[in-house]
Amino acid sequence: MFQASALNKRNESVQKLYRMLFGMMTLMLIAPVLLILGTLIAKGGGAISWEFLFTAPTDGMRSGGVLPALLGTVWLVMVALMLSVPIGVCAAIYLSEYAGDNWFTRTINLAIINLAGVPSIVHALFGLGAFVIFFGFGTSILAASLTLAVMTMPVVIVATRESLQAVPQAFREACWNMGATRWQTIRRVVLPNAITGILTGVILEVSRTAGETAPIMFTGAVFFTPFLPESVMDQTMALSLHLFVAATQVPGIADEVPFGIALVLIGLVLTMNSASIAFRMWLRGKKKW
Amino acid sequence: MANSTTAPGAATAAAFDRRDFDWYVDKAVQAIVFVCGISAIIFVLGIFVFVTKEGLGFIVNHMNFHEFFLTPYWSPSDADDPEYGILALMAGTASVTGLAMLVAIPFSLGAAIYIAEFASGKTRETLKVLVELLAAIPSVVWGFIGLVIMNPLIIKWFDVPVGLCVLNAGIILGLMAAPIMTSIAEDALKAVPDRYREAAEAMGATRWQVTYKVVLPAAKNGLLGGVLLGVGRGFGETMAVLMATGHAVNIPNSIFDSVRALTATIAAELGETVVGGEHYQALFTIGILLFLVTFVVNLSADLIVRGIRKG
Repeated sequence: MFQASALNKRNESVQKLYRMLFGMMTLMLIAPVLLILGTLIAKGGGAISWEFLFTAPTDGMRSGGVLPALLGTVWLVMVALMLSVPIGVCAAIYLSEYAGDNWFTRTINLAIINLAGVPSIVHALFGLGAFVIFFGFGTSILAASLTLAVMTMPVVIVATRESLQAVPQAFREACWNMGATRWQTIRRVVLPNAITGILTGVILEVSRTAGETAPIMFTGAVFFTPFLPESVMDQTMALSLHLFVAATQVPGIADEVPFGIALVLIGLVLTMNSASIAFRMWLRGKKKW
Repeated sequence: MANSTTAPGAATAAAFDRRDFDWYVDKAVQAIVFVCGISAIIFVLGIFVFVTKEGLGFIVNHMNFHEFFLTPYWSPSDADDPEYGILALMAGTASVTGLAMLVAIPFSLGAAIYIAEFASGKTRETLKVLVELLAAIPSVVWGFIGLVIMNPLIIKWFDVPVGLCVLNAGIILGLMAAPIMTSIAEDALKAVPDRYREAAEAMGATRWQVTYKVVLPAAKNGLLGGVLLGVGRGFGETMAVLMATGHAVNIPNSIFDSVRALTATIAAELGETVVGGEHYQALFTIGILLFLVTFVVNLSADLIVRGIRKG
């Protein structure tokens, strides 16, 4: 009774054509990158060993490992997180639990978008002008981490705000009706229900912070130092800057060394991101409301 | 009557006056989270103030608007007659960003449409995860890829002497911006309510007709906002363009010319300058320019996206 007309058939084939076109586009977006990553692994895989991870560069950085850079990145990320996570989580609590829907909140949101959108090199200029020179921290882990914290804070704010807003309003109302204050409600009901979502954001921020290069170039990371960092006022090497230096500034470096550094950096970042994604999926499966 | 209600009323008010320890804690927390809430505004203002503070000396004392914006000669380390013309640097940034967007916009929109409207189930989840992971690759790694993988490929394929050029940086930047734009565009498509799609499908429209006639027009502003944010990202990218453009001050005639970008100039030269010197201040002046342009781009993206929510 329902026979496909010529128009139906034409529509159907047009539909198939577009589906294929967009599918190809998706593939062409992803395939080259996977190919490139494959090349990196093929060329740098040989350099990776425990020794590469846990020894210092030797022979004027032409050979040896990445230990000081790896440790420096860990320091930078840790100090940056100590600053950005508390402020970012509090900012998200304000935006989700207190702020009304008005021009003031819109201004804050616009500022967050801008904080994430300002070029990383401008953040570097800010870090140099504010933390290194004006506040007198000098080129140090502290100054570099502060710069990174300001730059990556939007990641924590956005992720935290989303997971706070995902907690049903009824939970809060039930708690208020028992006579709890706003803060008691947030601490006892909202935060426990959102904590895993917040952690997802924090892991994502670790990955973002570890990969940044430009903001730390003039604020605390140096091309080479024989010393491992001992306090936040020390200068340090960092994995991302180390890759830049090894790829552009060291003549006669063994080919596989920069590939190895790139692999360690990508491995670090992608592991963190995958962990964050896996965490989020697990969370979604567990949610009861 | 009036008298008799006042006294018990006051007593009740006193009984219900819960300004105990918890009440003060509540107020204190409210103040703390408010301060953190406005910290984003403080930081953005701080960036503008501190970058301007360091760069102002150049604008006031040395800058000649005509020379700065309209001449292509950038030789700040010339001891006798340093020249500060950023025209070539702007041309470098514009050519690389332009080519990157030419690559990234159609592909990321296409990918977003495929993921949001055509793919389903496991395929969609896998693609979304892949796109998210691609977006996480650090810019210095992209620069490294441009330097050691793209560079020899371009030399081999196009038979040119140097492979660090507009084409190289444009492709790298395009690949870099595409996953971000795909995610934003996909969000914009997802924001179109399903009942729009169902209504169109009930009329017998195919998936593509639904997408083209219903979803795309409804998501127009969100998509445009996403594209603008992508342009802002490309424009402000530093490490990848520093490593993949060839870093030569040059107004490009073809996509095989080496160029130098505004951001890369700051990154490459700031380390050699004297704090407070003319060159140092000139680099901060470029920083002010970068800040203002990205601010305007982000602001317009926000206004466009907001337009859709009201309508």
